[in-house]
Amino acid sequence: MLPSFAYVRPTTLKAAVAALAAPGTRAHAGGTDLLGCLRDRVFPADTLVSLAGLPELVGVTPTAEGGLRLGAMTTVATVAGHPDIAARYRALAEAAAAVASPQLRNQGTLGGNLCQRPRCWYFRGDFHCARKGGGKCFAVDGENRYHCVFGGETCFIVHPSDTAPALVALDALVRLAGAGGSRVVPLEKFFVPPSADFTRETVLEPGEVLTEVVVPAPPAGARSTYRKVRARGAWDFALAGAAVSLGIEGGRVKHARVVLSGAAPIPWRVPAAEQALIGHRLDGATIARAADAAVAGAEPLADNAYKVPLLRCAVEEALTALNS
Amino acid sequence: MARKPRDNEHTCPHGVSRRGFLGSLGAGAVAAATLGRPGETAPPEVADAVEPSKVTLLVNGRRHRLLVEPRWTLLHVLRERLGLTGSKPGCERGECGACTVLIDGVPRYACLTLALEAEGHEVTTIEGLMRGEELGPTQQAFAAEDAFQCGYCTPGQIMAAEGLLRAKPAPTVAEIRLGMSGNLCRCGAYPHIVKAVRRAAEARKGGGR
Repeated sequence: MLPSFAYVRPTTLKAAVAALAAPGTRAHAGGTDLLGCLRDRVFPADTLVSLAGLPELVGVTPTAEGGLRLGAMTTVATVAGHPDIAARYRALAEAAAAVASPQLRNQGTLGGNLCQRPRCWYFRGDFHCARKGGGKCFAVDGENRYHCVFGGETCFIVHPSDTAPALVALDALVRLAGAGGSRVVPLEKFFVPPSADFTRETVLEPGEVLTEVVVPAPPAGARSTYRKVRARGAWDFALAGAAVSLGIEGGRVKHARVVLSGAAPIPWRVPAAEQALIGHRLDGATIARAADAAVAGAEPLADNAYKVPLLRCAVEEALTALNS
Repeated sequence: MARKPRDNEHTCPHGVSRRGFLGSLGAGAVAAATLGRPGETAPPEVADAVEPSKVTLLVNGRRHRLLVEPRWTLLHVLRERLGLTGSKPGCERGECGACTVLIDGVPRYACLTLALEAEGHEVTTIEGLMRGEELGPTQQAFAAEDAFQCGYCTPGQIMAAEGLLRAKPAPTVAEIRLGMSGNLCRCGAYPHIVKAVRRAAEARKGGGR
C-alpha cells in the first residue's frame, strides 16, 4: 500500500501551478516513477497534483518556425510512434521506443521522462546519501557498476532518461510555467550537474511545471540517431548510449551534436567529439577520431570501466549508421 | 494440434465476478471531498488523504460508483473492491506485468495507476475478455498453446497480447517479443507465449475482437 496522500486534479494550468507552490506537493504526470518513489519512501508527498486535467499539455503540433511542439503530458508511446518525429527527428523516435516497456511507454509522459529521479540504488534505497541531504555518496566506495564515468562530483548518478540525450542532441527547448508566467530554457541547461548543485537534477523551482518541449527545425542535411546498450534486449535502463545529430552539406559535416547517455549525472554533451566531426567527411577515420574524443577524459569508478568502450562503440555505431 | 479444452475453461462468469458488487458501496453514504470541475475562479477541490473520494470507474463495460482513497491503485480497487481478482499483484512497482489491464484499449500497469486517475477512462480486465461463458480468442490461444506453467503471470500476459493485437493485428515474431517485453514469466514459458500470440492473431482474423 502506498503511503497516504491527498490528491487534486486542477483543470487550469494556473490552478496547477498555484497548487504546486504549496510545500509537500508533487506533480503527477504518468505516475510511473512517482508512485514507485512514494512506495519506496524515496521522498514523501502530502498532496499529489495531477496534471491529467490539462489536455492542453497533450499532443504534438508543428510550430510556426518549422519545428515541433510536444506537450509534456504526451505519452512516450505517442512520441515513439509519431510519423513526423520518426521522419524528421529520428533520434527522438528511437530513444522513445527504447524507453522501458510497452506498458510504461503507454503511461509515462515525455515530461516525466525528462524529470524522473535517479535510479542509483543508494538514492532509491535506505541510504541517507548526498543527494538526499546526507554527507556522502555511497557509490564512490560501494557498488558502482551502473554509476557515472563523467561529471561525477559529490554524487555519481547517471541520468536515467533516453529521450533527454536525444532531445539535447536535437537542440530542444523546454517551457517551464510558474506563478509569474513561463520561461523557456534550452534543455541542455535544464539539467543541473552535481558540480553546480548535487541536491537537484533540474532547474525546476517549487511551483513550476514543465509544460512543453520544442524541437527546432532540423538543420540542412539533418540526420540523427540514438544507440542504447542494455544488459538485455528490452526493458532496461541504458548501460551506455549515444544520441547523435548531424547536418551534412556538400559531403561535409556542418553541424554536430554528440550526447552520451548512461554516462553522467546529466545528458553528457561532448563538444570535443563534435569538433572532431565538423568540417570533415563522415568517413571511417573521422568517425574513429570522434568516438575516441567522446570518451577522452572519462573517469571510471572501481566497477564501471567497462562503460568507456561501450560508450565509444555507441558513438561509433551511431555515426556509422548515419554514414549510410 | 490443439488439445481439447478442459471443462473449467468454460465456467468463468462473464464480466464482473460474483463479488463484484460487494465493493460498489452505495453512493452518498459518506460525505467526501469530490473531484470537481472548477471554473477559472474556483480553486480545485482536494481529495483528502484519509477520507475516501467518490469516483466512477468504467470497468468491462459496467459503471461502478465507489469510494476510494487517493492512494489506492487501480489494481487494489479492481481486486479488493470490485472482486476482479484476475489482475494479479506481482512486483507492485511496474516491472513484472502481472497486473496488466487495458486502459482505453492500451496495456498499462494497474499497480502504477491510481484509481482516481482511471476515472473517465475505459478499463478492461482479463474478466472483460470473456464472450458470455466462452473464453475470448486471446485467452483460448494461451490455453491451446499451453502458454504457461504456474499461470500467475498469465492474465497479465493475455492482456498485453490483447492490447498488442488490437494495435497491430498481424505482428511479426520480433514485434510480438517487443510487445510482450513488459511481462515477465518466471516459469520461462516465453516460446509458448509467442506461439499463443501468433495463434491469437490468426484466430482474431476470423471475427475476433
